[in-house]
This record gives sequence, C-alpha cells and structure tokens, in this order.
Amino acid sequence: MVRKIEMQPVNRREVMKFVGVGAVTGVVASLLPNLALADAAKTAAAVKKVAGGKTPASGKITLELPQIAENGNTVPIGFEVDSPMTDSNYVKTVHIFADKNPNPEVGSFHFTSDCGKAKASTRMRMAKTQNIVAVAEMSDGSVYMAKSEVKVTIGGCGG
Amino acid sequence: MAKAKARVKAPKKVKKGEVFEVKTLISHKMESGQRKDKKTGKKIPQMIINKFACSYNGKEIFTSDWHGAISANPYMAFYVKAKDSGSLDMTWTDDSGAVFKKSAKVSVT
Repeated sequence: MVRKIEMQPVNRREVMKFVGVGAVTGVVASLLPNLALADAAKTAAAVKKVAGGKTPASGKITLELPQIAENGNTVPIGFEVDSPMTDSNYVKTVHIFADKNPNPEVGSFHFTSDCGKAKASTRMRMAKTQNIVAVAEMSDGSVYMAKSEVKVTIGGCGG
Repeated sequence: MAKAKARVKAPKKVKKGEVFEVKTLISHKMESGQRKDKKTGKKIPQMIINKFACSYNGKEIFTSDWHGAISANPYMAFYVKAKDSGSLDMTWTDDSGAVFKKSAKVSVT
C-alpha cells in the first residue's frame, strides 16, 4: 500500500515531464516551418516582383557556387546565362536572391549587348545554409530561374 | 570612407571582337545594417556601396545594384566585348552619396 502511494506522484511527475517535452517539441515544430516559410515567402515575393507576373522557366543559367562555404562573410558566386548577346537578343538583368538571409536581395546585374557574355562573379554574405536563387530577365521578356544550395559553416551577418 | 582603394584589372591589348574579363575590387566596409554595436546593443546603420557601373568610352555597358549581402571590399568581375581602343571607367556610389572612380585603358587591335 505504502509503495503504491509513493509510486503515484512519481508517475504523475513522469507524465507531466512527458507532456512538457511534448508541448515544447510541438511549439518548436510548429514554429520552425513558419520561420522557414516566412523567408521562403519573402524570396518568392521578391522573385515574383522581378519576374513581372511571369512564371520563370528553368535552364539557361549556370550558377557557380561552392557546395560548402566555410566562411559566410565572403562566398564566391558566379553566374552565366546562355545567350548570344546581340542587340536584339541579350540578357537584360540577373537578380540574385538568398532565401535565408535577413533580406533576400543580394544584387541585380544589368548587362548590355556590349558585354559579349552574360557572365559575372562577385562575393556575397550568407547567414546560414540556404538556397541561392538566380533570376534572369531576357531582352525578349522571357524569365529564367536557377537554384543552388550552399552549406554554410559560419554565418556572415554578424548577428 | 572618404578614401577607398579601388583596383581594376583588364588586359592592355585585345583583338577587336574579343570578349575579355574585367576584374574590379574596392575597399569598403559594406556595413550591412544587420550588425549590432556590442556596447550599446543598437544596430549599426547600413553603409554600403549600392551601385556599380562601368562605361566603355562613355557608354554605360554594365551596371549593378548591390544590397547588404554583398561582402566587404566588394569584388566584381564581368565581361566586355572589344570594340574600339579607349577607357573603361568604373564608378562606385555608396549610401552617403560618395562616388569612387577608377579607369583602365584598353587598346584594341
């Protein structure tokens, strides 16, 4: 009898602990996708804005990015868009977005037919492991998109 | 940031019609606006170069708009198709309105 009475509070505590852990995991689980969604939504909105209501097609863009970036402060990024770059058919602009940075916009690069090649490279900051999205606007109004994931060891936004 | 060290690397001699690479580098802290002052806890205001442009003999051929995600001491490489001998003039403009300039001469044969 005595044993049983002692057992009960323990059981209750165990149960409460279990419930507590469950609640915490529940909250975290429900919070994380929301955060990710917010970032993805921000990027999607930014992409939509530059695409001007068109659905970007895939292809034409080659992204040069490391698979793993040790230092998020300077990540080399290069891109090339397949285009003859003539006066009538050239790449107007390439926009780069990072979907998990505080602000998705990285830069917009405006080309002319005098560039000869729609190719450029720079260095960017990455807060954490994320997708880099490139959107290319062509002179004929068509829009292309490419995506590449970069794993970041140390983030580069100096939180 | 009154003084910024800018460097431009382009080939001195190119053949007409050739597409050559131009590499540029400028010293600028590119304060992203995300960093916090450790003492006050306040965010350090953004101060970045927001525009880069390259003119080839007076005609703007390549420009780019930069955001806070461009690294400090920004590097920019792009391509130019050789037409006539002349100069490639780079300009960088930052949030304070300061303009930095650097040119490179190219002779086209």
